[in-house]
Amino acid sequence: MNSNNNYRDILQETVTKKYKKRLFVDKLVTILTVVCVVAAIVPLVSILLEVVKNGVSAISFEFITQPQGSIGLGGGGVAPAIQGTIIVVGLASLIAAPIGVVTGIYLSEFAKEGTFPNMVRFFNDVLTGLPSIVIGIVGYVVIVLAMGSFSVLAGSISLSIIMMPIVVRVTEETLKIIPHSLREAGYSLGISKAKITLFIVLPSAKNGILTGIVIAISRIAGETAPLIMTILGTSLFFTGITGPVDALPLRIWRLASQPYESAHAFGWGSALILILMILALSIGLRFLAQRRSLFK
Amino acid sequence: MHNYSNSHNVKYQLAIEEPLEHKEAVVESIDKYKVSIQNVNGWFGTKRAIKDINLNVKERTVTAFIGPSGCGKTTLVRCLNRMHEMTPGARAEGRVIVDGVNIYDKSIDPVIIRRRIGMVFQKPNPFPTMSIFENVAAGLKLNGINNKTIIREIVEESLRNAALWDEVKNQLEQPGMSLSGGQQQRLCIARALALQPEVLLMDEPTSSLDPFGSSKIEELVRSLKDNVTIIIVTHNMQQAARVSDFTAFMYLGDLIEYGSTNQIFMKPEKELTERYISGKFG
Repeated sequence: MNSNNNYRDILQETVTKKYKKRLFVDKLVTILTVVCVVAAIVPLVSILLEVVKNGVSAISFEFITQPQGSIGLGGGGVAPAIQGTIIVVGLASLIAAPIGVVTGIYLSEFAKEGTFPNMVRFFNDVLTGLPSIVIGIVGYVVIVLAMGSFSVLAGSISLSIIMMPIVVRVTEETLKIIPHSLREAGYSLGISKAKITLFIVLPSAKNGILTGIVIAISRIAGETAPLIMTILGTSLFFTGITGPVDALPLRIWRLASQPYESAHAFGWGSALILILMILALSIGLRFLAQRRSLFK
Repeated sequence: MHNYSNSHNVKYQLAIEEPLEHKEAVVESIDKYKVSIQNVNGWFGTKRAIKDINLNVKERTVTAFIGPSGCGKTTLVRCLNRMHEMTPGARAEGRVIVDGVNIYDKSIDPVIIRRRIGMVFQKPNPFPTMSIFENVAAGLKLNGINNKTIIREIVEESLRNAALWDEVKNQLEQPGMSLSGGQQQRLCIARALALQPEVLLMDEPTSSLDPFGSSKIEELVRSLKDNVTIIIVTHNMQQAARVSDFTAFMYLGDLIEYGSTNQIFMKPEKELTERYISGKFG
């Protein structure tokens, strides 16, 4: 027992000696963490403030509902761009979300291992990293040239290519988190795998997958490069999915490139509208998710 | 103690009960036994977890599988409803004859087996997105039963048989997860009973419960055996002694001894059994 006491003393000595230093390191790291958080938030907040400051003056009912008037006279709005964004992004989501979710389900539930699923995962990851301008150029060559015109279809398909891999990733990851005991309970009741996936696993994963889809939509709502190459951007309202259309990111870019002060003001206003729309989508989803799962 | 199982004696002929008579699979009729386990071996990859198990279970009895951790009792029980093979890399060989039909025969679809042989797990696993009612009805609905009246009747009967009805009858729409641990486990039992199984497998059903919850489950097991053949895995010897008619003692993958509970606990034949029973190891 003597040796025990010796070890105890040594331990005690070392711990007390190093204690002050540990306290100091602890405080230092805490401060560093706070600094990093601030560094991450400050750019975000400052961008938002800048947009609000410069854009709020341009917002009016006319701004949201009217097409652009002639440059010299001013007035008008960016309604076609708002409408265009909703249509192009909406159509892209309708294409990408179902395909993405089903692929994610396949990878998580039906084919966890094997060459083909691993290949799918690999290509999916590559797709997430593709520069959007490249996707825009491909969209131009494959769809616009083939169809003979700029179109909503070309824009939506290009955006859906950007959105799809994100949805696949999120779906697979969310499903992986669902505990296996749930599936086992389903199997023990003699339920087939397909039904277990559809009616037991998916409802539990619903919130996570929806959040992922909204994040993916927010991402493509701001993509400009593919739109430059595929939808042309007109000052007219929607005329059909095979025709050109305007969209907010595109309009912002065009307005910012013009030398007129009034155009710039319109640009800031459009930026604010775009941010508000994305915010509304996120909040709308949160609200829906809360209502559905009022279980705690 | 109120015997729930006698109050509702209607045996529902569910449309999902496909007759288990496949010509190739029918074996010589073993009338006395509900479940006959013949030369069953189970592997995880290359490691053999249970070796040459031979065991016969009589109808409407409670049989307990006991033994120290790692002896293979859970593996064996999971072989009885073909859940063992669902673990990646796992496989089982041998014959398990239920009502004269070998469930391991190639012509049998394992999914159908599991509708006739129910299972309750160690950790209660009610479906989190469903209410209490929906949980119990889940097995019925997802197997194609649509008739709302029948579903409601079966749900009530199952909850009564699981000794849960009185506690939840006024809150059937509440989420299943809002119940206490012991109630959740009874909910899982009700969910398994809803499919009118003839055999119920229970894998350490009271391990994660408090003593009060455990004792309710034990009462339940004793009352259920009038209608269902029960096989219960437990690492609690006293529980096995309280609850079962027959006991099987396993050790390191082998079936060491099997007999009536009285005999196993009073006059064990093998020395290993005697040492385990008297707490010398395990």
